[in-house]
This record gives sequence, structure tokens and C-alpha cells, in this order.
Amino acid sequence: MLQVADAVVRYGAITALHGITFEVNEGEIVTLLGANGAGKSTTLRMVSGLQSPASGSISFQGRDISHTRAHDFAKLGVSHVPEGRRIFPQMSVEENLEMGAFRRRGSTSEDLERIYETFPILKERRKQLGSNLSGGEQQMLAIGRALMSQPTLLLLDEPSMGLAPMIVDTIFRIIGEIRAAGTTVLLVEQNAAHALRLADRGYVLENGRIVLSGPASDLLVDPRVRAVYLGEDVEAGS
Amino acid sequence: MIRTFFQRAPIRRLLVVLGVVAVVELITGPPGSNQYPTSGFTGSYAEPASFFGMFRTQRWLVFLALALVAWGIAEFWTRYGDTIRARGSSALAGPRQVSERRPVRVGFALALLVLGILLPHIVNDAFWQSALVTYVAIYVLLAIGLNVVVGFAGLLDLGYVAFYAIGAYTTAWVTGALPTPPPFGHALDAFWAIPFAVVFVVVAGVLLGAPTLRLRGDYLAIVTLGFGEIITIFANNLYGITGGSTGTKQIPHPVFHVGPIKYAWGLAPVPYYYLALGSVVLFLVIFSLLQRSRVGRAWTAIREDEVAAESLGINPLKFKVMAFAVGAASAGFAGVITASADNFLFPSSFTLVFSINILVLVILGGMGSISGVVVGAIIIQVVQAYLNHTPPSGYQQPDLYIYVGALLITMMIFRPAGLIPSRQRRREITLYEKSHEGHPDEVLLGDDV
Repeated sequence: MLQVADAVVRYGAITALHGITFEVNEGEIVTLLGANGAGKSTTLRMVSGLQSPASGSISFQGRDISHTRAHDFAKLGVSHVPEGRRIFPQMSVEENLEMGAFRRRGSTSEDLERIYETFPILKERRKQLGSNLSGGEQQMLAIGRALMSQPTLLLLDEPSMGLAPMIVDTIFRIIGEIRAAGTTVLLVEQNAAHALRLADRGYVLENGRIVLSGPASDLLVDPRVRAVYLGEDVEAGS
Repeated sequence: MIRTFFQRAPIRRLLVVLGVVAVVELITGPPGSNQYPTSGFTGSYAEPASFFGMFRTQRWLVFLALALVAWGIAEFWTRYGDTIRARGSSALAGPRQVSERRPVRVGFALALLVLGILLPHIVNDAFWQSALVTYVAIYVLLAIGLNVVVGFAGLLDLGYVAFYAIGAYTTAWVTGALPTPPPFGHALDAFWAIPFAVVFVVVAGVLLGAPTLRLRGDYLAIVTLGFGEIITIFANNLYGITGGSTGTKQIPHPVFHVGPIKYAWGLAPVPYYYLALGSVVLFLVIFSLLQRSRVGRAWTAIREDEVAAESLGINPLKFKVMAFAVGAASAGFAGVITASADNFLFPSSFTLVFSINILVLVILGGMGSISGVVVGAIIIQVVQAYLNHTPPSGYQQPDLYIYVGALLITMMIFRPAGLIPSRQRRREITLYEKSHEGHPDEVLLGDDV
């Protein structure tokens, strides 16, 4: 569904991605792991058109999208939940969700119902302002907003960032449900243990290069992954 | 104990009212002199005055009494206004509830329109009749246009005067008052300037916007500032085209002539007032429809978070250019009306200070709030006209900037969202008051202000 081949991204003189290659197949949850500065967010920015690659190619459903502008991605069926959630602080929850369907004409009420079924808390809070939600609720809102455009591919950038463990469990359970409902997911995470338990396949980024890849279950037991990303988590007995 | 007393919302609002009153007293009072530099202060407060000629007393008492009445009304409204106004549906209600109140709002707007139509007959004074056009209506037109750019789309435009100048010069060109020959070889009526002016300012807006609106915040402000200056310099120096620094003094009055209907505008200000009022109403309708439309929602999204807006499929550049062009249109109208009402134009009237004046009207009224901007513009411009017409002894025109500056600072501290904050700002304040005890504006100071 999504193929990235040899993609290089430069910010001025700094090369953030040194030619990475990966793919996401339909119906999968694929996770990109890595430490801070490894290039995870850059990869996602590239795959959502916010940053175009200096060389290499990106294709989605057989179409080259290396130079498609960010605002045209929604039309293609790619929805990006940006890092830090970025909900509209002074719009109500419902207005935020309706913005998600901006590129679609016609009624949004069915989509709203669908989102409220997935996230009952958002229905309770639908008249509240985005800025008055808790971090977890904001994350749910950001995901719900992205789902309003009925994407075929959902890009999630660090959905667990800054959230309490219990909320993280909920968010990950919902990501599973989203995939079960037919949406492919590309998940960028620092929380490797959680991400690998949910995902089908994973890639590990280091300094702008993919250093490891494979089925998530293999990565979960890979000694290098365990040492670097799962150290404490595994010791704690999970 | 004392601290908590002063932190209570009504008390703080009272202090704001007293502060504003003190400034207004100073503005309208006598100035100081070289020998007695403090006499301006003492005179402003201690000068004899009267309540509408009834009780003889001193200025400060008159102002204090008026302030307390105003504060009392405001407090009553804050406390019971919700119940009176909405009967159950709170200000937190979403967009659907807002539309339920629409009949009331339309009724209110119609009442204001009737008042606007009757106004020149109520104000039966030659100065004020012309001030309604030159001081008030034109500025309202400019302020609501700039509000689209600054308030709706969140773009700081410091060169807005350029569009006004383009509108005015287009009028002069179309009517054959410039050294350049008019279009189609012969002078047209000033009315024909309107379509030309609108096309020109919209094109200018797009030309300026398309390359520069990729810039953000202060960078954009600097580019627009430069654009405003460029237009003024062009007007000043292109002798053969614009008439140079002496401008032109031969712009004819417009004549409306379609079929059997013929109306000629003359020197009298009232017909221009109606022309301006008509344009204001036209643009108010267009802008409020736009605000509620898809375009308006896209502007809000871009203003609140451009990256998020882009990820949802909104093309920020397209909508920003649109805001620029749409906002410029009303400035073009204002330019046409001013030029044809005055019959003359000079490049020196289109300065940076002019752009900033309009911006001040928008900020004081409440960025993004159409009603706020209209009210803010009317108040400031009426005060300015009053001060120019009947200046207190020793008052000079540039003094106004001191007072407007002081007012702006006071506003930024106590009411940063403006006189009548936009719906979203208002909702935020209501929400805050319901969940906390304290001053509602703290929440605004807290985040992005």
C-alpha cells in the first residue's frame, strides 16, 4: 500500500534520513521505533507531505506521492495525527471533529456517531473546548479527527507521549480496533514494548537509517532491541 | 484578606472601569502648561462641571458617578445576563445552538440598520453629518476588512493602507483626474471606479499574498509593511502617472445613471453617508456569511494551528490569499467613496500610521469579532472626531496617539480579547468563569496572548 524507497531528507546541511526503505501493506499495523532524533518524526512528516524527500521515492497505492503537497494527502486517503496532538484549542470537540471531514462534502453525522462510539468520552465532552480536555482526551480527539476523513492509511506520531500508563493502554486498544475496522496504521513510537505487542511488523531507526526490521514478535525478542529499547520494561517482568 | 478582596472579579472590573474613566477624564480635560506642568492633571479632575446643567460640582465627581452607573449595569448583566438572554442555553452551546438565536440577532441588526438610516436626521449638525462619513463609516469599512485578514485568518497586515490607496487612485484614474489617460480613452463616472477598484485590490491582494503568505507572523508583517510603503512611494514619485506629491483635486462626484434612475452626488455629506452605509451593510453581510462558511472554518483552523489544518486537507496558502483578497475588497470600496466624496487625494494621506490606526480599531474592538470591530471603530472614531471638532483648550491632534496608546495598554492588560470578544474567546471566558473563581481574562493572558 505504501512503499518508501531510498528516501533521503535534508534540513539544510543536515541529513535527517540517509536513504530509508520500508513498506506498509494493506491491513497491517507497522511500527517505526527509535530514540529521540533517530528520524521517526521526519519519516512521518515525509510520508504525510509536510517534508519532501531530496531523493528516493514514496508511493501510495501505486501512485508516486513524493511531491504531493500535505493538504492533498487527505484526498488520497492518508490521515496524519501529528506529534503533540495539535488539536484546535478554541474549537469545541465537535467542531474539531468536523474539521477532520473538511475535504468531504455532505453530511458528517454518521461519521460523528462512529467516532463517538469508538470514543464515548468525546461524546460526553462534545461541547467543551479542545484546550479544556485532558492529555488522553486530546489524543483521542486528534485520532478521532483524523478518522473523520475515512482514511485508508492512518499515520500516528507518538500517540502515547506524555500520557498515563492506563490511558496508553486504552489508546493502544483503540488503535487495534481501528485496524480491525479496516484502516491500515503506521505507528511511530518510543514506547517500543507497547508498539511491538500491537504491531504486525516493525522497523528500528537509528541516526536516520533503518538498522533492524522484521515481524514485531521477532523484534520483541531480539536481544539488540531488548537491550536498547526494552531494557527496563522487560526487567520489570512483562 | 485585602488581596482576595481585590482578586474578586467584580472588584477588578470596577478598578478597570475607574482606570478607563481616569484616562478619559485626562483626555477631555485641559492640558498642562510650561509653568505649571501638573495643571493638566489637576485641571482634568478638579475643574468645575455639572450634571447636564443641573448640579454644579467638579469633573471627577461627574465621571465617577457615570462610571459607577456603567459598572452597575455591567455587573448586573454579567450576573443575570445569561438567564435573561438565553434562558437555559448557555454560552457554551455549540454552533447549532447559536443558529437558534439567529432571529434575535437579525432583529437586533435590523434595529441598528434603521438607526443607521435615521442617524443623519438625528444628528442635525453639518460637522457631524460629514464626520459620519469621513470619520466613522469609512473607518468601519476599513476595520471590518482588516478584521478578515487579522482576526479571521490571523495574518498580521501592516500595509493595509495600500489597498485603500489603490481604491482611491483607481477612482481618480477612471474619472480622468490623473495624468494617465482613463481606461477606454474617456473619463467614466466615479461609479465605474467600484468594479475597477475591486478588481485591482483583489489582484493586488493575490499578487502580494501568493509569494509572501508562506511567511509566518512577524516576517509577513514586515513584508506587508514594505508593500504599504512601496505603494505610497510610487504614488509620490510617479509624477506622470499619479500626479506626484500634489495628487489630484479634480475627482468628480459620482452620478448613478441606469435607465430612468438617475442620482447625482454633490457636496452634501449625507448622500455619501448612505453610500458608505450601504457598502458597510453589504460587507457586513458578506463577511459574516463567510465567517460561518467552510472558508471561515478553514481560516479559524489555520489561525489556531496551521500544521494541523494542513494535515486535515486544508491548503493554507489558498485560504490565506483568499483572506487577503477578500479583506482588501472593502478597503477598495472605502478608497472609492473617500476619493469621490473628497474630490481630491494626496499620497501623504496613505501612510503607515494610517494602517496602524485601522489595526488599533480592530484590536480594541476584538479581533475576529465583527460586532466588536464595528463598535470599536465607531467609539474611537467618534471620540477622535469630537476631539478634532471641539478640542479642549490646548489639545493638539497628535495628542490623540498618547491617549489611544494608553487605552490600548489598559485594554491589553485587562481585556486582551477586545471590547466584544469573538464567539470563541467569549466561550473560553464563560467556561473559565464556570470552573474557577477569579478573573476571566487570566486564562487569556495565560496562553497565547
